[in-house]
Amino acid sequence: MNKVQSAQEAVSQIKSGMTIGIGGWGPRRKPMALIRELLRSDVQDLTLVSYGGADVGMLCAAGKVRKVVYAFVSLDFIPLEPYFRLARQQGDIEVMELDEGLMLLGLRAAAWRLPYIPTAIGLGTDVIRHCPDLKVIDSPYDDKEWLAMPALNLDVSLLHVDRADARGVCQIKGPDLYMDDWFARAANSTLVSCEELVETDYFHAGDEARYVFWERAQTQAVVPIAGGAHPSSCNPEYGFDVNHFKAYAASVKEGGFDAYRSRFLSGTDEQDYQQAVGGLEAIQALPLPVY
Amino acid sequence: MMNQTVQDYSLAELMIAAAADAFRGDGEVLATGIGLLPRLAASLAMKTCNPDMMMTDSEAYLLSEPNPVSGRKSHAGQAQETWMGFSRIFDNVWSGKRHAMVGPSQIDRYGQTNISALGGTYQQPKVQMLGARGFPGNSISHANSFFVPAHSKRVFVEDECDVVCSVGYNPQRLPRGYTLDDIDIRLVITDLCVMDWNGPQHMLQLISLHPGISVEQVLDNTGFEVQVPAQVPTTAAPTPLQMEIIGQMDPLNLRARQLKDNPPGDRR
Repeated sequence: MNKVQSAQEAVSQIKSGMTIGIGGWGPRRKPMALIRELLRSDVQDLTLVSYGGADVGMLCAAGKVRKVVYAFVSLDFIPLEPYFRLARQQGDIEVMELDEGLMLLGLRAAAWRLPYIPTAIGLGTDVIRHCPDLKVIDSPYDDKEWLAMPALNLDVSLLHVDRADARGVCQIKGPDLYMDDWFARAANSTLVSCEELVETDYFHAGDEARYVFWERAQTQAVVPIAGGAHPSSCNPEYGFDVNHFKAYAASVKEGGFDAYRSRFLSGTDEQDYQQAVGGLEAIQALPLPVY
Repeated sequence: MMNQTVQDYSLAELMIAAAADAFRGDGEVLATGIGLLPRLAASLAMKTCNPDMMMTDSEAYLLSEPNPVSGRKSHAGQAQETWMGFSRIFDNVWSGKRHAMVGPSQIDRYGQTNISALGGTYQQPKVQMLGARGFPGNSISHANSFFVPAHSKRVFVEDECDVVCSVGYNPQRLPRGYTLDDIDIRLVITDLCVMDWNGPQHMLQLISLHPGISVEQVLDNTGFEVQVPAQVPTTAAPTPLQMEIIGQMDPLNLRARQLKDNPPGDRR
């Protein structure tokens, strides 16, 4: 079995109108090379489900998004994602604003093939009031009301990991896998970019297999792209690119996304992008964040 | 020594010491201070009034000893005791064994808060902020305190919050099967005073005024009624021990850059 594909091959599965889950968290371990491939495609009308960062901002800026399902969209040290903010304030996109944990429950419901998971999260807040898709139900076991968080069924999930083999065994060595395992399980098809393609016996040694958080049956494509999370971090390989994010954020007032695009995304592939940001070695030398 | 107070302290240090008190008596809960000053407050509490408390490294581990907020070059060597990635955080949140100290953009008379958006509509807000983040789940699951660096009517709004991100003491919005006593909002620490929600019908009430601040200043800068007891004490100055620990937890003095012009703690 060989699931290795080029970014272009993998992303060609994504069709207009699909619901796409994106792994990572804010500026951390985002599948940005796959996002960039999506930016090069003519796909549009997407629904995004993400613990959002520049992945959401860039796709919104490029006009590829119909709806965003989110609890936040943030670059952390730059709290407000500039292009998501712009899209919202222009009324460009539909939204389903959730709580972070509510989104996790929606992914779990999809992963477990349940229609919903009952929870108290969101009761008493505008999360319910603004979102007609969130229903409040009675419990057969008590007299309280409960929010029925619907399954967030995904057509495709995009993830970035440290290592994978050709059969789709994926390893995350960083301190947090975020919700990537749930994104993998909630999707019909999960496309994973990786820093390094390894032989299967890599996982046989020591406790390497302990850092594998979902079964290979949940991974449909493996795309080797070292540096593919840039400008987000891929701890422990490299940190996020503070200067790049600053330039990205500044571009919203200096020429807009077209300016960012012509500076960094005018090439035809990821190699061109990496040249434009100083090369793979520069990416791999980015220091890890200290919180 | 413990009961002595220092003469020379900044407003940030006064607020850290006052905010640390929010975690007194909490026992074994995860204290999460969002932002540098609340994180220092939680660290100070863990080192003084609540040694049973739990804290994270703000990344993916639970710590036996809080990390300093400044002067560290990496996470190596930290006193980690449990893996605590984001999905585990929610297991903790929903267990109720947590007390978050957060800095909302808006707080209304019910203790409801907003960090999502300002003005406009759901479809097109005037100002998009962060989104609701974890506020809905936090507020219905565990204790929350608020940290407000600039006490004003922009934060303590006259009407309901533009977007209600957290459940408060609002009878109109109370979920079926809940009482107001199921909601657990603790202290509000601002640059002017300390307050709680234990006034009549869970009204916001004044607990102490920072040195040199008057009741009128608080009322003039709050967009709704605040319960004022007959006698309002002055917020206690930090003790020498507290100051020493704050210094250890923030050796580069980043706390001096958190409040505009780094005012002194005693403004008499």
